[in-house]
Amino acid sequence: MLKKISKIPFKGTAEQEEKLRKVIDENKQDKSMLMHVMQEAQLIYGYLPYEVQVMIAEGMNVPLEKVYGVSTFYAQFALSPKGKYRISVCLGTACYVKGSQEILDELCNRLGIGPDECSEDGKFSLEACRCIGACGLAPVMMINDDVYGKITAKDVADILAKYKD
Amino acid sequence: MYRSHVLVCGGTGCTSSNSAAIIEKLESEIAAKGLAEEVKVIKTGCFGLCALGPIMIVYPEGCFYSQVKVDDVPEIVEEHLLKGRMVKRLLYDETVKEDTVKSLNETKFYAKQKRVALRNCGVIDPENIDEYIAFDGYQALAKCLKEYTPEQVIQIVKDSGLRGRGGGGFPTGLKWEFTSKNSAPQKYVVCNADEGDPGAFMDRSVLEGDPHCIVEAMTICGYATGATEGYIYVRAEYPIAVKRLKIAIKEAREYGLLGKNIFDSGFDFDLHIRLGAGAFVCGEETALMTSIEGNRGEPRPRPPYPAVKGLFASPTTENNVETFANIPQIILKGAEYFASMGTEKSKGTKVFALGGKINNTGLVEIPMGTTLREIIEEIGGGIPNGKKFKAAQTGGPSGGCIPASLMDTEIDYDNLTAIGCMMGSGGLIVMDEDNCMVDIAKFFLDFTVDESCGKCAPCRIGTKRMREILEKITDGKATLEDLDKLEKLAHYIKDNSLCGLGQTAPNPVLATLKFFRDEYEAHVVDKKCPAGVCKALLNYVIDPEKCIGCTLCARNCPAGAITGTVKNPHVIDTAKCIKCGACMSACKKQAISKQ
Repeated sequence: MLKKISKIPFKGTAEQEEKLRKVIDENKQDKSMLMHVMQEAQLIYGYLPYEVQVMIAEGMNVPLEKVYGVSTFYAQFALSPKGKYRISVCLGTACYVKGSQEILDELCNRLGIGPDECSEDGKFSLEACRCIGACGLAPVMMINDDVYGKITAKDVADILAKYKD
Repeated sequence: MYRSHVLVCGGTGCTSSNSAAIIEKLESEIAAKGLAEEVKVIKTGCFGLCALGPIMIVYPEGCFYSQVKVDDVPEIVEEHLLKGRMVKRLLYDETVKEDTVKSLNETKFYAKQKRVALRNCGVIDPENIDEYIAFDGYQALAKCLKEYTPEQVIQIVKDSGLRGRGGGGFPTGLKWEFTSKNSAPQKYVVCNADEGDPGAFMDRSVLEGDPHCIVEAMTICGYATGATEGYIYVRAEYPIAVKRLKIAIKEAREYGLLGKNIFDSGFDFDLHIRLGAGAFVCGEETALMTSIEGNRGEPRPRPPYPAVKGLFASPTTENNVETFANIPQIILKGAEYFASMGTEKSKGTKVFALGGKINNTGLVEIPMGTTLREIIEEIGGGIPNGKKFKAAQTGGPSGGCIPASLMDTEIDYDNLTAIGCMMGSGGLIVMDEDNCMVDIAKFFLDFTVDESCGKCAPCRIGTKRMREILEKITDGKATLEDLDKLEKLAHYIKDNSLCGLGQTAPNPVLATLKFFRDEYEAHVVDKKCPAGVCKALLNYVIDPEKCIGCTLCARNCPAGAITGTVKNPHVIDTAKCIKCGACMSACKKQAISKQ
């Protein structure tokens, strides 16, 4: 899948960098830990901007193109920041046959953004995800850690209203 | 001793519907009533009947409370746990008998099930090794290390007839034997827990409900094949499973069940966890190993097979979670026990994740050879809203569909392959008359196009071309010639792709073309979508007989496509209509239909 590289300026703090350096130091002996380090980095920064990828490449002593290659290969790695509220709509089979595409369309309409985009005020980001394994509740969407199951497109407005601030 | 045990499901389904808050409330209410010494609350793995979650079972009575809400908890504690009166309104209907409750095993959902891989799910506390041990845990490992040679262990697994549950169906014992015969100094065991098929969640349930059985089985596999290290590759999307696995490994190390000199046998074995990062292709065994090594998860050509050159270029045995989950029972109860279940060539049981248009969504484990009709009509409780069954999709994006005419097929590896379908990992999505089979095929192609790793051209380019043809069909722009092209291309991709993803990607198209060619032809020739799904082929029409001229539809139409005056039938201008369906959901008289 195509990934969009963020043009938003990097705003990492010294504290974040220190955390990342520590993770790198713990793992740099074993190159197979590259993905683990990147997963940790994403936990620290929320996404993997160019600057962070350079730090990882230099710290782990692997070429930058390898870090970039891994980051674009796996869906989990984000190259642009996420909104304050991360909305993901499950498009797994069980949810799809129960109408989750309509829910995603409704969200796009209401938020004015497409999948993998973040609203300009940084409040909402939207993504379509594969099966989160709650097929018994299909169709399912998540906002941060809150799960909304057995919903219809009509419920979207009410759900979004809970995330006003 | 506790006089009562309350089991609450802590699987992903029930956790999503707030079971954690229920547990919290239960504990505080129980403490407030002074029952903390008498009643124990246990967070278990998945009970299987996810449609009725959150689920709570109270023992010794065996009361099955379904769709419990936090607000129901005080009543359950007060009435049931304190006064001994069941809360009837929360009982699962099927378990209610006059004055008493029926055992769960007598309900339609559970009666035909036989739980081997899922035996401990929903029974024990997965975060407590002692509970696993109390249910014969780690006895199989002890038996192997103390009584059997590695060759004997492999023979038992071979005799049991166990085949790989991840989809391929390769005999597990043979796989182990190949690795064991390799004399390399370092060998590995890998557990494939990268459950990528959308709609399948049995591996997650095993990891969440019974993580120790995977630890035990992998250690047994290590002993049998001569490996001293194992890796579990889990999807990062399964945080509960990852957490419980980590706890299980830590506990096993503390008890000396992992590490050096296990059971004083001189055998060393340890486990590591690696998290996936959301790539479907990593479920393919060679891609998974490439990913564990820290690379882009691209598959490698086989041969060399992993038994010769696998993880870190060493001989490796890779099995799926459900396959491993059967191993301790096979060792404890013997190969004959396992081989007594199932059909001639497919032994034992299989777990299916029932989803889609079916009443009892959830996990079921049934002996091989059960018919699809039994699964859907009896265990699954049929199709909701009185709709008609159309097809069941098995094997996810790599599988095919079984139409209503083949509902009496006995489900096993070979029967499914014979009808052009495949067992896959066990996702079983039910579709009714409202689902368009062309749209479903396109949905799966969207998935494979997205997930193709790009290494080989047949898969990377071929699946894209297939999707384009499918789009032409659903847009009503295709000709009959396109159908032939689609079929030809499908076979070409199947024969020429590098790995399992590409080789099976055309299956959903081939299966729907085989069983539902008339639907394809309706799209191509009549430019109609019989199920009313494909937007380009639909027209919204107002029935003038039913329309009362309330103007609700016109006011809800975002495109201004509806005209009409008050109290007179309205009309939709099909040229302006964007087919959003807003009018249809607004109409209170059901006067608008899709045609």
